[in-house]
Amino acid sequence: MSTLTIDHVSRWFGNVVAVNDVTMSIGPGVTGLLGPNGAGKSTLINMMGGFLDPSTGSVTLDGEPVWRNESVYRSVGVVPEREAMYDFLTGREFVVANAELQGLGAAEAQKALATVEMEYAQDRKIATYSKGMRQRVKMASALVHEPSVLLLDEPFNGMDPRQRMQLMELLRRMGAEGRTVLFSSHILEEVEQLASHIEVIVAGRHAASGDFRRIRRLMTDRPHRYLIRSSDDRALAAALIADPSTAGIEVDATEGGLRIQAVDFGRFTELLPKVARERGIRLLTVSPSDESLESVFSYLVAA
Amino acid sequence: MYDPTVARLTYRALLGRRRAAILFLLPGLLLVIAAAVRLLNGADDQTAADLLGGFALATMVPLIGVIAGTGAIGPEIDDGSIVYLLSKPVKRSTIITTKLIVAIAVTMAFSAVPTLIAGFILNGNGQQVAVAYMIAALVASIAYSALFLLLGTISRHAVVIGLVYALVWEALFGSLVAGARTLSVQQWALALAEKVTGEGLITSDVALPTATVLLVVVTLGATWFAGHKLRTLTLAGEE
Repeated sequence: MSTLTIDHVSRWFGNVVAVNDVTMSIGPGVTGLLGPNGAGKSTLINMMGGFLDPSTGSVTLDGEPVWRNESVYRSVGVVPEREAMYDFLTGREFVVANAELQGLGAAEAQKALATVEMEYAQDRKIATYSKGMRQRVKMASALVHEPSVLLLDEPFNGMDPRQRMQLMELLRRMGAEGRTVLFSSHILEEVEQLASHIEVIVAGRHAASGDFRRIRRLMTDRPHRYLIRSSDDRALAAALIADPSTAGIEVDATEGGLRIQAVDFGRFTELLPKVARERGIRLLTVSPSDESLESVFSYLVAA
Repeated sequence: MYDPTVARLTYRALLGRRRAAILFLLPGLLLVIAAAVRLLNGADDQTAADLLGGFALATMVPLIGVIAGTGAIGPEIDDGSIVYLLSKPVKRSTIITTKLIVAIAVTMAFSAVPTLIAGFILNGNGQQVAVAYMIAALVASIAYSALFLLLGTISRHAVVIGLVYALVWEALFGSLVAGARTLSVQQWALALAEKVTGEGLITSDVALPTATVLLVVVTLGATWFAGHKLRTLTLAGEE
């Protein structure tokens, strides 16, 4: 059982701040590091993996500093995002080399290759592998010494749905075994399916932390914007604005509908059909207009 | 201090890349020239010394040193695959010394051995010219490998800088400016060759004790610094 502790960590490159005063603690189980592209997830993972020194603050694994401390790699496995990985070797040669560097041998390498189901292609050159195959061989190289901590940077990128499910299952199993598994992703659904605990990073800042229900609620409790068309827009508008769950309504002539801002998501979704039924108004269109992840994230930062 | 797995990966990376063609090309060229000179001119000690000094030691050894020294680590740092070495409980200094040993071995194999063979072709090792230049090439291989390995850890443009050093500083500057010769790996190696061969055939501008001290200091200093660079090497974040 291992815990990674990030304590008031900032990292800047020149005068660009990539990570801004982040404090978090990553314990056993699967943790998802969620944030849009360019939020500083990779920078944070690189600092957790000891490949980058924090400009201020500290990263420790069970009290031991991670930066400039090779001994932590006995209990840490790293799956980097970058593709480059000794393409001139076969998958098996690559994993065996990784095992040897951990003081292990071919038997452990074979076991790791079996875990990621890559035995069928293990004697092909890595240069011939697809993105998903590379990802799995990277996984095998990180698993070979059965680390108690596993760090994965965007592990699902480029994987097809079946491979994605397999990897999720594997990570879930590792988390259940009491290992500390941290992966980054910019896709909410990915994180939600897999992680029991979520840390959200936006623009270098630690925006939210908790289990996915809490994060989901945070994300749904923000003001929601809808475009609604109905058989009688003005009557609907009058009825909706009377309720505190609606903060503003605009009649949009060009779209031929109402632009509605709801502040209480749960209450509004119950109110709308009820009001329409009571007044005999037919709803023709109900479409959310700001569901992009970026707008969800920017709301979280402002909160 | 030496890790066989790191060594194996480095050998395969060095000899498996397209660059490796130069490793075979230059020694091949030397042997062809040597054979041609021997056929056209017959055996002559001074010609042998001139060719081995002018082409083998002044051009071929530093170029092969650049390929092997920078190639032993530069590409891995460039493409980020070094992360697989760095994320292991292996001392960074062990990674550097292992890569240095591989670079030295490759440079020696592709420069000192062909130099010896070329010497035998040219004048049958008369006046020990072939052996003298082989020893010079061996010694220069060590210093060049250490210098260019360091360069590979410092700059993404290691090959270009290495080529400029090898061709401009060692070959051109060294022959024009006397002072530059004191700080030339080639001259340090020549100081050793001078002691081996018959008098007057090989001359160095640097005395043997000075050359020895400089060789040792440069090799150890460059290796230590390369280890230091690797210990504090940071992998860039999102690009």
